[in-house]
Amino acid sequence: MSEAVAVHGGVEPAETPLTPESWGKLGMWLFLAGDAMSFGGLIVGYGILRHASKTWPVPAQVLGINLTAFMTFLLIVSSVWMVLALAAIQEGNKARFNKFLGLTILGGAMFLGCQAYEWTHLLGHRLPELKIFFSTDLFATTFFILTGFHGMHVTGGVIYNTCVLAAVNRGRYQAKHVEIAGLYWHFVDLVWILIFTFVYLL
Amino acid sequence: MATTAHSQHNYIKIFIILSVLTVIEVGLTFLGLPKMLLAAMLITLAVWKAALVAMHFMHLKLEKKTLSIVAIIPFVLCVFLILMLLPDIYSH
Repeated sequence: MSEAVAVHGGVEPAETPLTPESWGKLGMWLFLAGDAMSFGGLIVGYGILRHASKTWPVPAQVLGINLTAFMTFLLIVSSVWMVLALAAIQEGNKARFNKFLGLTILGGAMFLGCQAYEWTHLLGHRLPELKIFFSTDLFATTFFILTGFHGMHVTGGVIYNTCVLAAVNRGRYQAKHVEIAGLYWHFVDLVWILIFTFVYLL
Repeated sequence: MATTAHSQHNYIKIFIILSVLTVIEVGLTFLGLPKMLLAAMLITLAVWKAALVAMHFMHLKLEKKTLSIVAIIPFVLCVFLILMLLPDIYSH
């Protein structure tokens, strides 16, 4: 409890990253740094292929920006629910925690639903109409690799958060575990913000 | 409890900023700006949003510096990767 108040008050960090109680947090950050390099490599590769291509469709004319803007919004809202869930469990308010982590998971699931719809529509109608084929076109290949790699992360996050929800309710996880799960979830949101810009808007 | 209420207020504030920035991003694409200007503006906004998420939702602002160093390394390496690939990009 005192730990929770200290972290949230911004007075002083309750945990130092090199003390045993926060090794989990440091571990998650190291994992995320490695994961960020995977995404970084893919995004840079995408940029170079796009730059080197003679023709490249205007993404906004092929992809549905309105849907993906809504998906961006979903992940941002879901991130906010995650921090509210963390704040709730730090206060010891289990009911409020359950509500907000449940909403976080729902947000992630809705994002995946939108993405499934988007992919189905693109593969079934939009891309064949425009004679863009997944196997031969760099635009389509890079699009599916980047959004797919991110979508797998969201899937992992939804499963992770569901496990955390169950473990907290069985009394096996505390606030610090929720905070670590939160780091992963916000990272997924952060990466989507970048993908949304590079793949959809630019 | 007062501190928690304050931090929740702060989360909602960040949420509103992120939403507004997203609307601005989408809006910018409809203005027909020159390509380079649009790209510069969009990338700035995206990095700004990403930084907001890292600083406030991932609490980097409140953490020890060690974690910020861990977080910044991938970005430095990506910039390095781009620089190393520049000769190839401009040979086309």
